[in-house]
Formats: sequence, structure tokens, C-alpha cells
Amino acid sequence: MITLVEQSQKVEPSPAQMMDWYRQMVLIRQFELRCAQSYQQQKIGGFCHLYVGQEAVAVGSIAAVRPSDYIITAYRDHGHAIARGMDCESLLAELYGKASGCSHGKGGSMHFFDREKNFFGGHAIVAGHVPLAVGLGWAIKYRKEDRVVLCYFGDGAMNQGAFHEALNLAGLFKLPIIFMVENNGYGMGTHVQRASAVVELKLRTGDAYGIPGKHVDGMDCLAMYEMTLAAAQYCRAGHGALFIEVKTYRYRGHSMSDPQKYRTREEVAGYQEHDPIGRLEKLLRAKNLLDDAKVQAINNEIHAHVEEAHHRADAAPFPQTQDVWKDVYANPYGPYQL
Amino acid sequence: MPEIQFREALNQAMCEEMDRDPDVFLIGEEVAEYDGAYKVSQGMLARFGPMRVVDSPISEAGFAGLGVGAAMVGMRPIVEFMTFSFSLVAFDQVVNNAPKMRYMSGGQFKVPIVFRGISGAGQQLAATHSWTVDALYAHVPGLKVVVPTTPYEAKGLLKTAIRDDDPVIFLENEAMYGHRGEVPAEEYLLPFGKADIKREGSHCTIVAWGHGCLTAMAAAEQLHKDHGIDAEIIDPRSLRPLDIETIAESVKKTGCCVTVEEGYPTCGMGAEIAAQVQEKCFDDLDHHIIRVGSLDVPMPYSKVLLNHVVPGAQRVAEAVKQAVYFQG
Repeated sequence: MITLVEQSQKVEPSPAQMMDWYRQMVLIRQFELRCAQSYQQQKIGGFCHLYVGQEAVAVGSIAAVRPSDYIITAYRDHGHAIARGMDCESLLAELYGKASGCSHGKGGSMHFFDREKNFFGGHAIVAGHVPLAVGLGWAIKYRKEDRVVLCYFGDGAMNQGAFHEALNLAGLFKLPIIFMVENNGYGMGTHVQRASAVVELKLRTGDAYGIPGKHVDGMDCLAMYEMTLAAAQYCRAGHGALFIEVKTYRYRGHSMSDPQKYRTREEVAGYQEHDPIGRLEKLLRAKNLLDDAKVQAINNEIHAHVEEAHHRADAAPFPQTQDVWKDVYANPYGPYQL
Repeated sequence: MPEIQFREALNQAMCEEMDRDPDVFLIGEEVAEYDGAYKVSQGMLARFGPMRVVDSPISEAGFAGLGVGAAMVGMRPIVEFMTFSFSLVAFDQVVNNAPKMRYMSGGQFKVPIVFRGISGAGQQLAATHSWTVDALYAHVPGLKVVVPTTPYEAKGLLKTAIRDDDPVIFLENEAMYGHRGEVPAEEYLLPFGKADIKREGSHCTIVAWGHGCLTAMAAAEQLHKDHGIDAEIIDPRSLRPLDIETIAESVKKTGCCVTVEEGYPTCGMGAEIAAQVQEKCFDDLDHHIIRVGSLDVPMPYSKVLLNHVVPGAQRVAEAVKQAVYFQG
């Protein structure tokens, strides 16, 4: 096993940083609860995969990389987009199919993009984006840039061919990529034990592709930060790719249309006792950075922010029908039309 | 004008573009140390080094996706499939990630990538290795599909493909790599969506491209010699975008149309061209449009069977005779 950081190198996050993470996690949760409501009101169509329970993963890890680093993820992408600083109104507008959405109403829940923030999506085919991460890593190496790629995917993606081809290439070419599996226990309704021949996912890439595997508690924002910071240092130092198994849990169904017959209420409740927001809140209370009044104030403030974003997105105009022809090609050449 | 091989024309196009633009690189199986499975990339590793001429493991989904990801940050990858039959194991990367990224991101990400390699049945490789993929990929909005017929077109179209800001499927043919043709020494580019009239004639329009175009030209010479029938051959050069105007102009003149393809007729390019021709030339047609393509069966191995399945000059000539109501 490799040691990522020496104990002495550990960077203690500042109170301001931790408060920021707390606010981000609350924002993601409230955003997702708003999405659930809007979905029931049929303002959101298609598939909608909520991030509730997994907030610490995106917040802790994205806090540990730089704005110039590349981020790419799968279809459960709301949390990563928010942690990357994408604006709630443009995300809700996208969910509502509006022209002002982050993908101009062409992508929806599973396809958030933001070029300026180096957010490369939002990808809906399981593991289909993992080779893209390899291409981003390849471009970094080719151009000799000081960047890393942070590539997220679910445990289900690790049984797809594209994942294995991508990891082999990343290992072979020694590319600066952090592969982060958000192991929430289930690929849709199938438990990881029924899907993966080797259940300890962190063991699956070291011998196979020369990419060392680490593991971290994804319900702990600080641990996520620390692990990702160390991983990014490892990649920046030119050691190649790294694999991190994040143990996490989603409280909601796979998507909004999931009756969740594959697990018990007790199981969900058990994880909720280790809620990532509650956990950080407890720590911040112990440090006298939070108390009841502040928690209430932050929640109220964020609730108001999300509701305002919702109202603005809801009132925003839909795209024009002629916009269907936009962005198919760089220069429209006259598509087939009768 | 110097006369060079088809494969050399492709090689020149890649080298010139790599000299011009440091973001262009070539990746594929055996493209570097082996000098290319069909020697298209001969000498390129020595000239450009291993970061720009990259040997990939046999991992089509992996390296096709690598190309798309690199293109998303502005690089211009040339991804060589040893054959497009192998592109099918990378289908998701080619038909989802490459052509839909611009659209799904609301225009934020472009994917300037070229997928190139051989397509078509040729060398008795049987059903899995003999795909003609032109119609498969021309079906997909966001892709462009280009098929050169001559070395001159190979070079001019490939240079255009590399500079294009959208994903381009560039289809070559193994049997044509050794063909020689005149290629200007000075730089030139050929546009997509502009058909070439390969042969002028007044009796029947033949629409054909790539290897099928060579078959059509042989058929046209035979028809002229034997029966005085003068076919006009329109080579679209790119199937998407398709220059239907030039095709329609010819059909209005000849009153009939035969399409020639080496892919399958069902939902094939010929079917698409026929549909578009009848929309534009319904009143000009004296005969229904005739599609000549591979017979609707998996590609067989035996040479006798293979030659029966892939259309030859004789089948094209018969179709033209039927179209012009030739009474022999």
C-alpha cells in the first residue's frame, strides 16, 4: 500500500472552510428536496437521481481540488455541480427545460455542463464517461499542464467494459486522474454483493491496472477533503492515476421512480444516523462555530435562496422550437428537412 | 502533378496537419511502432514522436473515448480504427459521446475529432470483419460521414476533416490503399457537402462513392462501349452532409437514378438518397429509382459467395439498363 500523505503534511481546514462546506451540503440537500417536490409537480421530466445522503462526497472532494482541475461525473450530478459552484437557478432552469438552463434545456438532470467551471458533465450511460476522463488526462499530460482530473462514477459502473478499458489506459499512460467510485451500495436496485465478484472495490484496480486503490468514509466531509487533497498531490507529482473507493449511501431511491423494495426502512434509518451534514454540524458545534440559532438561520437563508432560484427558473421562458437546430454542428449545413 | 498512392495521400494529409497544428495527434492500434496495419501512418512515429503518434492497446471503446475527452478540451485527435468493423465495440463513444456533446451541453463543448479507417468487405474476412458502416453512421445527427474515392480526394477531404470542429467519420477501403492518382504538391482542401461529377452522361444518373464508385465507373465504361449508354456518375464525397442538389440536377437531366453502395440496401444510403431524390425530382423520373447494394445477408467467407454478395460492375450495368428501358 502506498502512503499518500505523511501525518505532518496534513492541512487542518480552517473554520471558514468548514463552515463553507456545511453551507454547501445544506444547499445540496435543500436543492434536492426542491427537485423532489418539483418532480412531483411534473416540472421536471425524465430521470432524476437525487444526491441526498452523499453530499459530503462532492463537497469534501471538490473542495480539495483547484478550479483549473477537470471534473466529470455520471448522471447523479446535481451535488457535484453545486459543489463546483454552478448556480442553482441555472440548474433548476435546466431541470425545468428552460432556455436559461446550464445546458440550454438540451440536457436535463443527467447532463449538467459548465465549460467555464471545468465541469465536463453529467453523463448518462453507465461508465460511458470514464474513457472521456482518460482523454482529459491525456490532454493534460500532452500539454504538460498542472492539472488533475476528478472522475466520479457509481459502483455499478465498475462492471462495465468501458470502465476497464479506461482504467487500463490511465494506468498504462500514467495519467493524472483521480477515479472516485461513490459506492452507495446499489447499482439501481442490485446490491454490490450481487453485482461485483470482488466486493471490496478498492482492490479491483491495483493489481489489474497498476492504479493503487484507497478507501474513505464518504459520510465524513473532512475525511473526503483530506483523502482527495492527498490524491491530487499524488497525481500532480506525476505518479499517475489513483483510485478511491468512497463508502456512501443514498437516502432516496435510485431515481424518482424507484419503489425501493430491495432495502428496508431500517437500513436507510441506520445510515441516516451517520448523516454527513449532522456529523459536520456536530463538529462545528463542538468548535463553537454553530449553535441552534445559527443552524436555523443558515437553513432558512438557504431555503429562501433555493426557493427564489426555483421561482425564477420556473418563470423563465422555454426555448424556441427553432432552437432544436442549434448546436448540432458548429456551422449548420442545412440538415435534412422537407 | 506528382502521382502518389491513396495511403500516401492520407499520410501527407495527417503530416501536414500535424506540422500546422500541435494539437493534432494520431492514436490507434499499431499506428506507431508497426507503422500502421496498412502502412498509412508509415514514418510518422519517427517524425512526430510517441506523444503524437500513439500506439493504443486493443481497446476501441477506451481509445475512442480518450479521443473524445481530449477533443473536449480543444485537441484534434485522429483516431484510427484498424477497421470500422471494430468501431462497433466503441459504438457508444462514437454515436453518443462524440456527436451529442455539443448539443447536450448547449454548445459549450465541441468535439473536433476524426475517426478514420477502412470500411467494407474486401479480403474474405467473413461477416464480423466486413462491415460497411456508412449508413450506420450517416444516421446519427452530429456526425459527418466522408468517403473519398481518389487519392486527391483522400488528401483534400482528410485535411478538411482534421480542421473541422465536429466529429467526422472518414471511411477508407483496403483495396484502394495502393491506388495511384495525381495529387497537387501545393496545399489544398476539399469541402464537405459538395459532390463531384465523376463522369458526364445524359442517359442515367448513378450515385456512387468510395469503392462502389470505382465499380460504377467500370460499369459506365462497359455500358458506353457495348450499348452506347452514357451514364452520369455523381460522387457525393460526403454522405452527411449530402449534396442532394447536384444529384437532383443530374436526375432532372437524365430522368432516372441508380444508387450503388457496398452496404446493405435495407435502411441503407441508397434508400436515403432515393427518398430525397423523389422528393426533389418526382415529376422528372421515368423509372423508379434502383438501389444496387450488397445482398441482404451477413458477409460470407468463400470468394465465390463474397463476389456474389458485393455488387460488381455487371450488377450496376444491369440496373442502369433496366432504368433506361434498354431493350438488348
